[in-house]
This record gives sequence, structure tokens and C-alpha cells, in this order.
Amino acid sequence: MCGNEALAEAAIIAGLDAYFGYPITPQNEISAYMSKRMPEEGRVFLQSESELAAINMVFGASATGKRTMTTSSSPGISLMQEGISYLAGAELPAVVVNVMRGGPGLGNIAPSQGDYFQATRGGGHGDYRTIVFGPSSVQELVDCMPLAFDLADQYRMTVVVLADGILGQMMEPIVFERKPRRKLPPKDWALTGAKGREQNIVRSLWLGDRVLEEHNYKLQAKYEQVQKNEVLCEQYEVETAEIVVVAYGVAARMVRAAVDRAREQGIKVGWIRPITLWPFPTEQISKAADEFRIFLTVEMSNGQMVEDIKLAAAGKTPVLFFGRPGGGIPSVDEILERIRQLTIPAKR
Amino acid sequence: MMLDTSSILDKNENRETRYKMRDTRNEFYEEVIIAGFGGQGIMLAGRLLAQTAMKRGLEVTYMPSYGAEVRGGTANCMVVIAEREIASPLVSKPDSLIVMNKASLTKFAPRLKTGGLLVINSSLIDEEPELAGSIDILAVPADKLAVELGNPKVANMVALGAYLQKHGLFGPDAAAACLAETIARRYHHTLPVNTKALHRGAEFAKTNHR
Repeated sequence: MCGNEALAEAAIIAGLDAYFGYPITPQNEISAYMSKRMPEEGRVFLQSESELAAINMVFGASATGKRTMTTSSSPGISLMQEGISYLAGAELPAVVVNVMRGGPGLGNIAPSQGDYFQATRGGGHGDYRTIVFGPSSVQELVDCMPLAFDLADQYRMTVVVLADGILGQMMEPIVFERKPRRKLPPKDWALTGAKGREQNIVRSLWLGDRVLEEHNYKLQAKYEQVQKNEVLCEQYEVETAEIVVVAYGVAARMVRAAVDRAREQGIKVGWIRPITLWPFPTEQISKAADEFRIFLTVEMSNGQMVEDIKLAAAGKTPVLFFGRPGGGIPSVDEILERIRQLTIPAKR
Repeated sequence: MMLDTSSILDKNENRETRYKMRDTRNEFYEEVIIAGFGGQGIMLAGRLLAQTAMKRGLEVTYMPSYGAEVRGGTANCMVVIAEREIASPLVSKPDSLIVMNKASLTKFAPRLKTGGLLVINSSLIDEEPELAGSIDILAVPADKLAVELGNPKVANMVALGAYLQKHGLFGPDAAAACLAETIARRYHHTLPVNTKALHRGAEFAKTNHR
């Protein structure tokens, strides 16, 4: 099973009621899989006429209280940004999977991490956030799907799963587990036919004196809760390290291999791997930056997460960057070479 | 299976990882590239190799080239087999290389590690490559042997069988046992000839390798 199919099955296990999507490489295996499995489960699969339609179908399905998801790759995700902003305004839960490819524009179909800014800054218009996962293996991709649905429902917001062409296409051994879920609040806001209760209204239009401002404060309070409670990251040998390499997603796998080899050569290096990209592990980075350590950020882009590292490090330590954009993939050798270069000033 | 199924995501806490440093010098770590024309069954051979390794309790990743694959175009896949968690699914310097056509030989042979194993489909590649350093070359007339078995499409399995025999990772039987779960059901009538092809390749490697 490739990553795309695996995440699709994980979503079905997590209780996905309705899937909407429009084809794009490198994530076509998701809709192909869904078209077969969702009808088998008696649930909704619909190939929409465009990405715009898909995200607005998600809006509609979510408003009725159903678990819903769409998937696409970078150019298609750009088309969905208006809908994602509306989902944020209307406080509707949704899961959006972005199997990133090279950009800008139509770009290419190679794996990339060029959509970090778009995913972690909201992407559409207005003051809003989406929770963003950056899994680094097919197993973690599978594991983060039920959590994505739970967080979406708990906080009534969009959760973006930021994968890339490698994760979507590669195969690895995986285990599907039906784990106990979070206790979730009832969806008493959903449009379920107002029989015997007051009508519910789902909207993102808030006219009137200061009404939208108050609504934004409410959203902001929610985002602060997410930032406080939902950060996930993994660290390795940071305490003993003089150099800390930070990477997420598949880039973190290359980093892990490079760090192993660097440590064999006696270089004091560790790594930090953010799993949630928003909320970002600012505290963990900041703590690691308290003692002088050189930070090296490795990305499959021209440098996007590096800005969050710099914000977190707040000038306490130097933050360097190595990356390859447009479908380029930093090799283990290249990363090792960058790490080795950093040890030269350290020895002086 | 050595897979650690308790995910860090379950704990909802940020702790020092359980990830242990790998001593890359002493552990079994086999990186393979299989390459050829689209239509030669490159992906299937890679998936079968990965599936077989997984069934043997090893860690494995399989990464196909994707998107623009058509019959007659180029196709390749990367398989990594290891005792411990695999870092990169991408293979830049393979330990072993199986090439089914000339273009793939030209493209990938220079990347092969010193001391690596090169399996060549000599039915379509008429020359031996000039390569620096010591490389173990096994030339298998995969297409010819496949035709003799009655199905030219199983050249991929002949080559894979030869590779497995030469490498000694596991025998053709182990791979044959995983065919049914790897090949789509509508092709299950080809299971016997695929099984034969794996064994024929292994037999060739045993008897003809210098």
C-alpha cells in the first residue's frame, strides 16, 4: 500500500463520512482508492468538477455535522484557499491533505515542501489558522489521520496534513490501529434539520458594529488553546549537541541519516523534528537555543520553516539554512557536508 | 516484525525520542535500484522484493518513479531493505542495481557503490559497461529465458530471481510465496509462470556466474 492509499484507509477507519476531490498527481491514488472503498462502506465519494467545488462540498458536508475531507496537491490546494478561509470563518471542521509537489505555478510533479508558508499562515484571506501536520513516514501519516479528524471536530477548524510526493508514492510496512479517541463535544451547531430546537446558522459573514471583531477574538482564543495544547515534536540528542538540525516530513529522514553518520565521525549534532508545523514547537526550539548551539534547517524549499526557527531562536543562536526547491531533494551526503562545514568554526 | 507501532502521536507529549542511533557501518542495509522500460514490470519486481523482505521481518521502503510512466518510457524504483528503521527511501548510491535496458545502464551504473552488484539484462544490453572500481557483474539473458518459459513478460522475474540468488538475501521461493499478494488478482493466472521465472533466474545465476 502506498502512502496515498494508506492515508485514505486511515481516514475511512477514522470515520470519514464524505470524500470530495479532483484528480492531480502525485495524489491520484487517494481518489482512486476512495472511489472503490467509500461506496463499499456506504459512504459518500464524489469526484467534483474542480478543486473549488471540492472544498465547497466539504463546507456543505461539514455544516451538516459529518466528517469530511478533500485531498489535492499544491496547485489544487491554492485553488481551495477561498473555501478554507470560509471554513475558518464559519468554524467548520475539515481535513485537507496536501501531497505537495514542486511550484510555483503548475510547477512539476516532484516532491516538495514549498507550501509551508501557505499551510502554516492560513493561506486564504483573513486572520485565521489551520492546524498543520508534517508527518515523515507512511506510518505517521496513517497515525495522524484520526488525530486530524479529532482535532478538527474538537476545535471546529481545518486540519491540513502536509505530505509530499515521496510520502504519497512510497510504500512502507504499516499497521492500522483503532485507538481510543478523544472525547469530543457534541456537534450541536450542525445543520441537521431544526426539528424541536432553535435553528442553527452556519456563516462566515458577520456584519454589524464590532461583530466581526468579536468573532475574531473568539477565533484567536481558540487558536491560543491549540498553540498551548497541541504541539508535537520529536528531538534527538539535543542536550549533548553543539549543532541542531531542524527538519520536518521526509527531509527529516535524510537529516536523521546524515546526523547518524556525523555522530559516527564524532560531531556533536542532534535534531529536532516538528510534527505539528502549526502550532509550531516554538518553546522547544527556544529552549534548545538557550545554550549556544548552531541551528541548521533543512527543507525541500528555498527556506520557509527557517523563518519560524529564527522567530523561536529570537537571535540567541545563529540559524542557518540548506534546502533545495522545485522538486530537488537534499541528499544525505549534502546534508552531512553542511554539518561538517559547521564544525570548522566550532573547533577554533 | 520490528515495526514500532506505538506512535509518538498517541502520547501527545514532546519527549526525547526513542530513536536510537544506527551504526551504519555494521548493519545490514541493502539499497537497490531496478530500472528499465515502462512495461517491463520494473515496479512489480520492486514491489515483490519489498513485500518479500517485509514478510521476512525486515524494515523496507519502496519508492517508484511516478507520474509520467508509460509503456516504452523509462521506469525505475528504489527499494531499501534494512534491519532497523530506514532513514531515506531515496537511493543515490545503490548497493545493487538491476538494469533491464541500455538507457538504464547508462543512467544508473555510474552510481553503483564500489563492490556493488550489477545485474544486466543481456538480452537487451549487448555490451559490458566500463566501470571504475570493482563491481560484481551478472549478465542474465532475461528476455531470452522468459521467452523460453513461454511468456516474454516475465523477464523481470528472471532478473529478480538471478539477483536474489546472487545476493543471497533470500531464495526465489520466498519471493514466489509473496507473488499472490503482490500481483493484482486479474493476473493470477500468471502466478505459475512468474514462479518458474524466479527459479529460472536463480538457476541461471547459480550455474553461469563466473
